[in-house]
Amino acid sequence: MYLLENVTKTYSGRRGSVHALCDVSLRISEGSCVAITGPSGSGKTTLLLTLGGLIRPSSGRILFHDEDLSRLSDRELARYRNRKIGFVLQTFNLIPYLSALENVMVPMLFDGRKNGDIDPRARALIERVGLRDRADHLPRELSVGQQQRVAIARALANDPEVILADEPTGNLDPALAAEVLGFLRTLCEKDGRTVILVTHSPEAAAIGTRRLRLLDGACREDSSHNDPTTG
Amino acid sequence: MKLQTILWKELLLRKSRMVSGLLAITLGIAVIVGIQSVTAVSERAVQIKLDNLGSNILVLPQAASVDDYYTADIDAPTFPEDYVERVATSMLPGVDNLSPKLTRRVKIAGVSVILTGILPANELASKPIWQSAGLAGEELALACGTDPDVRKGPSYADEKLQRKAVDSLAPAEVLVGSVAAERLGLAEGGVVRIEGREFQAARVLPTTGTIDDDRIYAHLHVVQDLLGTGRQVSAIEIMGCCSAISDGLLGKLRNILPDTRITTIGQIVGTQIETNRLMARISIVLLVLIAMIGSISIGNYMWANVEERKREIGTFLALGAGRGNVYRLFFAKAAVLGLVGGLGGYILGTASAMVLGPELAGLAVQPVPIHFVWSLLVAVAIALAGGLYPTFRATRLDPASILQEL
Repeated sequence: MYLLENVTKTYSGRRGSVHALCDVSLRISEGSCVAITGPSGSGKTTLLLTLGGLIRPSSGRILFHDEDLSRLSDRELARYRNRKIGFVLQTFNLIPYLSALENVMVPMLFDGRKNGDIDPRARALIERVGLRDRADHLPRELSVGQQQRVAIARALANDPEVILADEPTGNLDPALAAEVLGFLRTLCEKDGRTVILVTHSPEAAAIGTRRLRLLDGACREDSSHNDPTTG
Repeated sequence: MKLQTILWKELLLRKSRMVSGLLAITLGIAVIVGIQSVTAVSERAVQIKLDNLGSNILVLPQAASVDDYYTADIDAPTFPEDYVERVATSMLPGVDNLSPKLTRRVKIAGVSVILTGILPANELASKPIWQSAGLAGEELALACGTDPDVRKGPSYADEKLQRKAVDSLAPAEVLVGSVAAERLGLAEGGVVRIEGREFQAARVLPTTGTIDDDRIYAHLHVVQDLLGTGRQVSAIEIMGCCSAISDGLLGKLRNILPDTRITTIGQIVGTQIETNRLMARISIVLLVLIAMIGSISIGNYMWANVEERKREIGTFLALGAGRGNVYRLFFAKAAVLGLVGGLGGYILGTASAMVLGPELAGLAVQPVPIHFVWSLLVAVAIALAGGLYPTFRATRLDPASILQEL
């Protein structure tokens, strides 16, 4: 599904250049659950956002189903994010003035779908994450666990192939974290989606059938945890 | 859900900040609408007063002065009566009525009076001299001037205003000014001999306190025959629309009658034109200032809004929104602010003019529908101009750096 060839991302600042990703090459198979770990500043989020088409690499290529993401226009990248990717972020990033249901509708709205298609799909997703009775609540009226579930439902809105999760349990207590990780595992194991999550948490990383470790922008397999049958 | 849902819900969430952003544009539009409403009423009121004066443009022979016309010098130059036809057939807009006149000082039984030939059907009865004599006859078909319905309105009603011609004047009849009648010892129905021909005094006109009191009026063609001038006249009095005069009617008349001297009667028209131009200039200056202040205010609000919504915009972009979606969201917001500001400004400005107009200017102000349309257009244009750069900036935000900042 993904093939990264010598991907480098360098940020230039007043204090010189920072290499967020250094010559990363890897292949990610369809339907795999990949956990990326590493210390703060090691380039985990940069790698995730690069896979999500939000960051263009300074050099190297990222192929998604053999299509080079770095060659796509801004509009094509937006369409790629909208249809192929579902983001789940640590801070949930729900739109504060929209209800849980409306938050789930947003990606479908940007896909240009008609209202008649959007509403039933959004209700089904809200129901799937167990929030049918909270559908019309604003994010501030929901618990943090419920907010993250809304974010997962929103990530699934356009039925994406890939779920990119950045510290999805970072703001949750252990019980809620386990619940969210259960959802992510289901998305991978039952739905057959590719789940790539970035985390500090060993518990979260444990759901990965494959683990990568980033250190100073360099990526290597964390073979001590990898299941040799996946990848 | 539609994109508009996002727009409305965001506006309602932060309505207190929206109100402060709207205030400048609303007040600005209110000021312009207020001034324009009062100015429009003022212009119409003055226009009606000018109508009451009757003719306001005087066409004289090139060599003549206004003094020559009033003193009716025996040698005062004349020009052909055909000039009336020339103006009438030119179909110049703004020419309401043409009154040709031939004046000569004549001696009647040793008494010097001014004999004035008029075409009764062309004489506006709204002149005080004809009106007080009760000589109003047929309604004149006038092309311009203020709408009769407007004149009948409560604030413009003027009982003195009549747009009727003077009653017909038989060839052997004269109208005699009060001073002339006194000096000639002439009463209504009496007979007077002028240049060897007898006329009956059809009416002795009431005293006006002007040189008109010393005139004897007869039919123009009779006077021409009597004086042997041929079809010549001393002057043509024209009633021109005030707005047409300001649009260069005098120049157009000069092109048609190049060998004449064309002037406005008194300074009233000129003063009014200058006042109108001054008000127009002040309005434009205010409009520019208000457009700048409104744009800056909306721009400031939108800028703050973009800063405040960085995370939201980053999320939208991450979820697959194109830059077009962001443009639509912010431009639609600016347009809504403009529409609300324009509507509020129109209502506030019109209401202020209606309340303050009678108090300050003695004029009853009515709402002007076209101001409503202009208020909306100007306010939306101001808001869009103000929101242009902040919106552009919103579309250029880097979602990755926003998400990484969180």
